[in-house]
Amino acid sequence: MTAITVSINGIKTTVPEGTSILQAAAGAGVHIPTLCFHPDQEVKANCRICVVEVEGRNNLAPACATAVSEGMVIKTATRRVLAARRTILELILARHPQDCLHCSRNGTCELQQLAAEYDVRYNRFPRDEWQLPLDYSTPGIVRDPNKCVLCHRCIEVCTAVQTVNALGLANRGYDTQVVPSIDHDLFESPCVMCGQCIHACPVAAITERDQIDELMEAISDPEKVVVTQIAPAVRLALSEEFGGEPGRLRMEQLVDGLQKIGFDYVLHTNFAADLTIWEEGHELLERLQEGRNLPMFTSCCPGWVRFAEVYYPGLLNHLSTCKSPQQMFGALVKTYWAEKMGIDPEKIVSVSIMPCTAKKYEAVRPEMIDSRYADVDMVLTTREIARLFRMTGIDPLKLAGAFPAPWMGEYTGAAVLFGASGGVMEAALRTVCELQGGTLEKIDFCDVRGMKGVKEATVYLNGKPVRVAVAHSLSNARVLMEQVAAGESPYHFIEVMACPGGCIGGGGQPLTRTDRDRARRMQAIYDEDRGRQRRKAHENQEVKALYQDYLGSVMSHKAHELLHTRYTLKRKNT
Amino acid sequence: MHSLKEMRREFQRAFNVSTNRVKVAIGLGTCGIAAGGEKVWNAVNEYVENEGLDVDMMSTGCLGMCYAEPIMEVHMPGEPRFVYGNVKPETAVEILERHLKYGRPSPEYIVGQDPRGFEPAPNIMELKDTGFFKSQVKTVLGRCGIIDPEQIAHYIAFGGYEALEKVLSEMSQIEVIEEIKRSGLRGRGGGGFPTGRKWEAAYNSPGPKKYVICNADEGDPGAFMDRSILEGDPHSVLEGMAICGYAIGADEGYIYVRAEYPLAIKRLRKAIQDAEAMGILGDNILDSGFSFRIRIAAGAGAFVCGEETALMHSIEGKRGMPRVRPPYPAQSGLWGKPTNINNVETYANVPGIIRKGADWFAAMGTDNSKGSKVFALTGKIRRTGLAEVPIGISLRDVVFDIGGGIQNDRKFKAVQIGGPSGGCIPASHLDTPIDYDSLIQLGAMMGSGGLVVMDEDTCMVDVARYFLKFTQEESCGKCTPCREGTMRMLQILERICQGQGGPEDIDTLENLALVVKSTSLCGLGQSAPNPVLATLRYFRSEYEEHIFNKKCPAGICVELLDIIIDPAACKGCTLCKNVCPADAITGERKKPHSIDPEKCIKCQACIMKCPFGAITKG
Repeated sequence: MTAITVSINGIKTTVPEGTSILQAAAGAGVHIPTLCFHPDQEVKANCRICVVEVEGRNNLAPACATAVSEGMVIKTATRRVLAARRTILELILARHPQDCLHCSRNGTCELQQLAAEYDVRYNRFPRDEWQLPLDYSTPGIVRDPNKCVLCHRCIEVCTAVQTVNALGLANRGYDTQVVPSIDHDLFESPCVMCGQCIHACPVAAITERDQIDELMEAISDPEKVVVTQIAPAVRLALSEEFGGEPGRLRMEQLVDGLQKIGFDYVLHTNFAADLTIWEEGHELLERLQEGRNLPMFTSCCPGWVRFAEVYYPGLLNHLSTCKSPQQMFGALVKTYWAEKMGIDPEKIVSVSIMPCTAKKYEAVRPEMIDSRYADVDMVLTTREIARLFRMTGIDPLKLAGAFPAPWMGEYTGAAVLFGASGGVMEAALRTVCELQGGTLEKIDFCDVRGMKGVKEATVYLNGKPVRVAVAHSLSNARVLMEQVAAGESPYHFIEVMACPGGCIGGGGQPLTRTDRDRARRMQAIYDEDRGRQRRKAHENQEVKALYQDYLGSVMSHKAHELLHTRYTLKRKNT
Repeated sequence: MHSLKEMRREFQRAFNVSTNRVKVAIGLGTCGIAAGGEKVWNAVNEYVENEGLDVDMMSTGCLGMCYAEPIMEVHMPGEPRFVYGNVKPETAVEILERHLKYGRPSPEYIVGQDPRGFEPAPNIMELKDTGFFKSQVKTVLGRCGIIDPEQIAHYIAFGGYEALEKVLSEMSQIEVIEEIKRSGLRGRGGGGFPTGRKWEAAYNSPGPKKYVICNADEGDPGAFMDRSILEGDPHSVLEGMAICGYAIGADEGYIYVRAEYPLAIKRLRKAIQDAEAMGILGDNILDSGFSFRIRIAAGAGAFVCGEETALMHSIEGKRGMPRVRPPYPAQSGLWGKPTNINNVETYANVPGIIRKGADWFAAMGTDNSKGSKVFALTGKIRRTGLAEVPIGISLRDVVFDIGGGIQNDRKFKAVQIGGPSGGCIPASHLDTPIDYDSLIQLGAMMGSGGLVVMDEDTCMVDVARYFLKFTQEESCGKCTPCREGTMRMLQILERICQGQGGPEDIDTLENLALVVKSTSLCGLGQSAPNPVLATLRYFRSEYEEHIFNKKCPAGICVELLDIIIDPAACKGCTLCKNVCPADAITGERKKPHSIDPEKCIKCQACIMKCPFGAITKG
């Protein structure tokens, strides 16, 4: 590739052909502001904040969308450029609610930051805000169209990364709006509530549905017993909210913090993750034996399940009938655990802490009442828990640590893996391979790790090759699903996670911009797995006890009643 | 290959034979129909049948003389062709009664005659000598209004498809491109990019699949050049597209035409069908091995779809929204394939260039702008219509010679050229030659050819407001400056027109206009401020009058009007008092009346009613 030398604010820099001015400037240490630009997305060039002067060109050039050419002389901070940027900011701000003080993105808002950077202290244009109702139609995410700055980042992620196509544009000119398809409520659109749009949004136009108040009400009620389960990906990312590297927060510290907030019992979704492997592993073996409904798809991810329901309703029998770990846990906490602990299930408030916005939706799915109660009463995301910690003055990184409550707190390294794309597959393979007899010597299945969109591997069970695939991001899932629809899928078992990188990149996680951040969290997952004494789901002693004391056996009638389900799309949130 | 030549001779013979018959032609383009051409047609038809006359009736496209529609022509064997204007059903019958039965033309209705080689009738002006046609050239519009656009035979008889034949039989792709380059043809849709270079880029893009697109999404207010060509001579566009297809190596073309042009679509469909039936379009055209099909894509009327990338999105079924260029369509266009996009008039120019040669074409026009350009003359001009002029002609010639000057002897004030993306040019620049570069110098642009003439009763702030309202509503909403900025400009203009403008408004407006112009993503936003910048440049004092003196010098901005009764001229007849809907006028009979400005709604009904001219606006 040809090397091209350009001058940026007088700094000579040489970059490969095809480099944008924005990239070239970053390389030369020159900061150019952006808003619609997103490092993991196609260039849209619609906000025009990044305009710069290019010698010999009449108009200003969008740095994100202009490729450098030999000898180009670029100026990024002339009076004309700064005035144009400030005008554009004034235009955006004149229509943006000025409620920064009580906005959930206060302090993390990209627009707020730009306004500060460009010292926009007055606005020549009269304020003219949208007066639109908020969209509370989904249990997972809330859209505040009033705050939208029309950067299209949410549309891009929903369309290109997820192929969900729930968001689009309506109207023209000044009335242009981002709306759910055909301008319906979000819940009526194909939205799967994965929440990737939340990460994409530079402002607070899309957020999780906040349930902190609901939680605090339960905690403060002396009659209620608040029990929580924590998903594996939560703890790793939570550190970031308090300035730590992914994974720095120890599980004991998190348990300690949650107890201090007022949770009565802190347990682990991980326990149910191990349990899932027992059930799902056997289900796989059964299907392999019978050659029925193959490939089998995992069903841990509610965003993926809803995606399959919306786009592939005819192929739902390929999904494992296993509930997700959250819902297995929920069904057990008000039955088995309540019995064990001698607590009236009526009094239990089952809270789960998840990296995920779709989990909020999963918890209220009409099928999820197998304990005869709502199996999970409420779901809080990692971000909500972080807010709760801040509000209560707790820095979990500084806590000494405490231990989880008895029963349903034990977990293996396999369960931890659930937090990263490929983890369910790896956990399942560890168990399934050993169920066939013998002991695995090498238990790391590196082929299914990492950020590659579709990962595949072949394992041998009883000498027969079993082909497995792992997809994260729904666009990749779509590719595999299309193969199934066409009758051309070469696979036997497929793991799908809706979010890029799996749950570590979930819609409820601390705001995540790039795949690089996701990869770092992934690494933290593998580090933790490596550090655990037991790393295979079938080694979980508490799960063994559960089968002995309560369920009878794997795939027993009772297990089916509590731990399995059949999915069909319920459009209405009833 | 010789079959088309033979056919042409045959069609020419047939056409010549038909000239020896009595023929009545009626202009039934959209303009003719709107003026009542169909009623004339029906009346004539009924008359001919009732009288049992042996007459050929023919419908034609637009001759360009919109001011004289409906137009009816009468051809008698051995006589000139007489063109009657402003024909009503009754007068048509009256004219025919005299002309067909007694051989007596009716000079009072005749706009001109075309001798076509016969002895001209005395005392009747020849069409080409009339003010309207004198300075015009007829290359692109040569056949419009002469042939029946729904008869492929007419097109072929008039030299149609000769260029395609020539290209397929004796020219290489590169030779075609070189010929177009040499002609100096530039895009007639607005930007004025050299057509030959565009074709060359598409030719150089590798790939087995390429597309040719004809942009017929004519959306400027007051522009109807493309519509007239499509309605009056659709085959010329098809031929131009096919030649382009051959030159760049495409086998498929799309005409993106707005759905508001149903007649154009109908005629295009017929033209495509007829051409395919004759083997002029479709597979293995004229046994040359070259295949080319043309499809029609009807646009839903978004102005921004005239922008090439938005247009392609629209054909692909996506929201009509422009994207960043590069890549240009020549590299990655429709469905990601190399694509050449030109507008209707550009393609319609191509067959002539191939047939008569690049030199013939380049002889017209100026150094940097060759050939002719079709303009749609509208506004306060006497002769509205469609005029094709050599590029480089002065604005004065167009407005005063062709257009006949200003209606009602009012004073000329400005001409808006280039539609909402263009600018207003004042009287002081009337002698500017119309070419791509001179117009840009003046803050306007050639655009697609809309020319709106304004007289002294036009408020330039109001004009800017009008165009801004248009572009604001037509903005696709993608980029911030165009979506938000044009609206804010519009708000300021509205404020000024309502007398609520503040001293800082001109600065803010100018400032904002420059930002929108220099930061918008596509041509729509980049040119949307032009009407504001041009009026600020040439008519700044009008803005200032509105803001500082709260006056609208042209008397257009209602909120700034004072309706005053001159007590010396008022005879106290009470007519104004009776007509006033707001009870704003008081006064006793035979005594001067007065208007309560608080109550007055400025409807001006009193001004129109007053027999003494005593009421004025100021």
